[in-house]
Amino acid sequence: MLTQHFPALLVVVPLMAAPLIVFARRSLASWLIALLATAITFGIAASLLAQTMSEGTLVYAMGSWEAPLGIEYRIDAAGAFVAVIVAAMGLIVMPYSRVGIAAEVRSEEHYLYYALMMLCLAGLLGILVTGDAFNVFVFLEVSSLATYVLIAMGRDRRALVAAYQYLLMGTIGATLYVVGVGLLYLETGTLNLADMATRLVDVGDSRGVLAALAFITVGISLKIALFPLHLWLPNAYAYAPSPVSAFLAATATKVSIYVLMRYFFTIFGATEVFDARATGAILLGLSLAAMFIPAVVAIFQHDMKRLLAYSSVSQIGYITLGISLDSVEGLMASAMHLFNHALTKGGLFLVLGGVVLRCGGAGFDRLAGLGHTMPVAAFAMVVGGLSLIGVPGTAGFISKWYLVSAAMHDGQWWLVGAVLASSLLAVIYVWRFVEVAYFRAPPADHPAPGEAPLSMQLPALAMIAGCVYFGIDATWSSEVSMRVAEVLMYNPGVGQ
Amino acid sequence: MTEDIQLISLLLTPLVGMLLLALAGRWPNLREAITLITAVVLFSESIQLAVDVLGGARPGLTLIEMLPGLTLRLAVEPLGAVFSVISSGLWIISTLYSIGYMRGNKEKKQTRFFVCFAGAIFAAQGIALAGNMLTLFMFYEAMTLITYPLVTHHGTDHARNSARTYLGVLLGTSIAFLLSGLLATWVIAGTLDFRQGGILAGHLGATGTALLLVLYMFGIGKAALMPFHRWLPAAMVAPTPVSALLHAVAVVKAGVFTIVKVIVYIFGTDNLMSLGSADWVPVIAGFSILSASIVALRADNLKRRLAYSTVSQLSYVTLAATLLAPISIVGAVMHIAAHALGKITLFFAAGSIYTAAHKTEVSQLDGIGRRMPWTMVAFSIGALSMIGLPPAAGFVSKWYILSAAMSLEHWLAVGVLVLSTLLNAGYFLPIVWRAFFREPPSDADDHHDEPHAAHGEAPLLMVFAQTTTAAMTIGLFFYHEPVLRLARAVAGAF
Repeated sequence: MLTQHFPALLVVVPLMAAPLIVFARRSLASWLIALLATAITFGIAASLLAQTMSEGTLVYAMGSWEAPLGIEYRIDAAGAFVAVIVAAMGLIVMPYSRVGIAAEVRSEEHYLYYALMMLCLAGLLGILVTGDAFNVFVFLEVSSLATYVLIAMGRDRRALVAAYQYLLMGTIGATLYVVGVGLLYLETGTLNLADMATRLVDVGDSRGVLAALAFITVGISLKIALFPLHLWLPNAYAYAPSPVSAFLAATATKVSIYVLMRYFFTIFGATEVFDARATGAILLGLSLAAMFIPAVVAIFQHDMKRLLAYSSVSQIGYITLGISLDSVEGLMASAMHLFNHALTKGGLFLVLGGVVLRCGGAGFDRLAGLGHTMPVAAFAMVVGGLSLIGVPGTAGFISKWYLVSAAMHDGQWWLVGAVLASSLLAVIYVWRFVEVAYFRAPPADHPAPGEAPLSMQLPALAMIAGCVYFGIDATWSSEVSMRVAEVLMYNPGVGQ
Repeated sequence: MTEDIQLISLLLTPLVGMLLLALAGRWPNLREAITLITAVVLFSESIQLAVDVLGGARPGLTLIEMLPGLTLRLAVEPLGAVFSVISSGLWIISTLYSIGYMRGNKEKKQTRFFVCFAGAIFAAQGIALAGNMLTLFMFYEAMTLITYPLVTHHGTDHARNSARTYLGVLLGTSIAFLLSGLLATWVIAGTLDFRQGGILAGHLGATGTALLLVLYMFGIGKAALMPFHRWLPAAMVAPTPVSALLHAVAVVKAGVFTIVKVIVYIFGTDNLMSLGSADWVPVIAGFSILSASIVALRADNLKRRLAYSTVSQLSYVTLAATLLAPISIVGAVMHIAAHALGKITLFFAAGSIYTAAHKTEVSQLDGIGRRMPWTMVAFSIGALSMIGLPPAAGFVSKWYILSAAMSLEHWLAVGVLVLSTLLNAGYFLPIVWRAFFREPPSDADDHHDEPHAAHGEAPLLMVFAQTTTAAMTIGLFFYHEPVLRLARAVAGAF
């Protein structure tokens, strides 16, 4: 049966598509291959989610070599959920890219763009599906290396600096992670994640484990862009080609958050991480700082891409806040916001990509009067912005609903105030855009740019529509996030 | 089944209207015809609903399951029927008025104006029919957002800054306080449904209830309880029809409507009475009533004076609702209706004066009653209703509130009501006096007004609208039986 190979195919399909694209070379052909590959990948991810929801964890032995000898792929509802987000985003970005990169990437480099997108996709999905600690590192590097190049493709020369900055920070993060894995290997003698989890229970309290926890947490936090390790993110998002910004914003940090959740709840175990150590308190403090400081910084930006980037750092704080609560409700809120924020921010960056194409930049001076010159795009940005704020009827509201009720269940009433106060900051930065778009006259040199081409507009509007849809009917997303939280909390990888 | 269609169509009618209006933007006559037809259809549906509710029907309909265990739901009870009828009925009249006003003043972006107007009515219907607090909250926020383009209609810096206050206060209070109150209610009571007797009884002690009540009272910023009232005067930058229908009727009434709903169906009057957790609200409301009146007394700008009068009158409803006696709840519901009619008349008159004479300040109104008799007579009737004198509707509601305060021996409330009546007389009667009994300024005194020096009445549609609402203000004094019956049903007793 083909379906039993789905965990492997999830990675293999995009991975094989990359060299094919390089052989194909021609822009149109590489686009078609990439489109086909992402469509297949999304189908596989969706079917994996359905399977894991009904049957629980799926285990796949690479090349029939059983663990711990061989590398094991292991996917449950939590991994499949994030995989669906990643694959769906890939599928949405592909049709968008055809026109989307035309203005930003030189035509002889188009095939490289598609090949790198495939590698990035394969790397991100690999992280989600693998059951091996070192393999996580390998896939992390695959996706990161692809990302560095993708960012450097940006038209602006500053993209090179941004990519370099990310390269340095990302490499430090990955190195810290691999040091942590090495320490764990020393303590437990295994790299298989499920094995590691069982053996760590016997190891008990040790300095090695503590050091591993510290290394892995900091290393992954760099990739998450958890405040104050977020410095690479605003430039990377701002100078990358628009489809890349959208894809990264919706996926890269989310996958790293998944890794952190995995290590916290499945490998180390919640007792070790939260009860015996101060990890929870530290994460809580950083999350709160993330919710406020970058949100204030976002208010003072003059470029929409940078504004959205800082908003991302702030919204990541909501997700890690849910993790730090160490409860099913908190984890569920995190999983929920992971999905909703990917939807919202991905959609916003896609809309913005069309705007940048037409207006020649995302600076506020270029966006002035957007409400008159590109009414559809401006309105879509407003709807996405409302979802960032968390206005009822948008996906962001559902996240906030669960996050606040998780804090209430935990008896942390002051957190309720913090979450809601932070969304008031979102009102301010979103409204900066509204006032620029609707109260300023369009720039004189660019009076009537017209709406973005349909191939860009439709995917963008579909995601913005998704923000509204999942804000009104959140039964599916709540059901899945609940399962994700339960899997992470009560199902520590072993014994299945 | 027919009930379902009836409820859904109350929401769909303004929504379809919005869509058609947007499509018909190029043909002003068609566009205005659509607005009028939509308003008339909506009103007839709303009347039908009110008749059914008077007959004892309580239709309900679940729209969608939003979260597991939490639905978006419509359910009608008497108070909702009252609000639905008021907002849709006055929409017809204010549409007529708007057509006259927008054309008379050659306003720009009229299509957007009418679309957003219909949107605000859609939100008002949603609030009126909401079957649980979550549904109400959704429409409540929708109303804030859809009225934002109306407040900023002129697109000037002044409009933008005022709209910041508008949005900042309304969104800020609703997110910071109302949403947390809502979530706390959900966590504590496990439901957000509106039920007779409340859903919190027995779940929460006196202090907890009082704290939760703080979140609700200040979270419902649309009720303009001080110190969160600033948005209302700020909203006066909008064209006058917006001030008239939205900031005298739909938006502000949505606020006090929500307050009454929350007091009656979430907290429960008996529950609050026995816990004593609401004792502080009448004090704040009383303070709001008096201090807003004092500000109004000193305001020279006519719309600003009316806005502060609204702040004060809204707190009548809050005060009445939190006196917690059945008869005071009746007074609160009656006042929602009575104030709506009176205040819309006053705003209509202010808009007529602006359109015909381009005057905005009270001090410019000397002798204007001779040139605009219809307008100023309508204004005087509205003023009577604000003061609470017969034969205007304001007297009826004030009567109920006052007798509730008397029978409860709540002397603070009695004192506030009496003082406020004097203050109201103090800032409305001088305007009437100026208009009818002072000499108009000689032409030499106002060169800048010369083109308008020979003005007469406002356009016919506007005069018609204000005369109608003035007549209704008096009509409600003599015939308020249906409203009273609905109000009694809300109060649950006698």
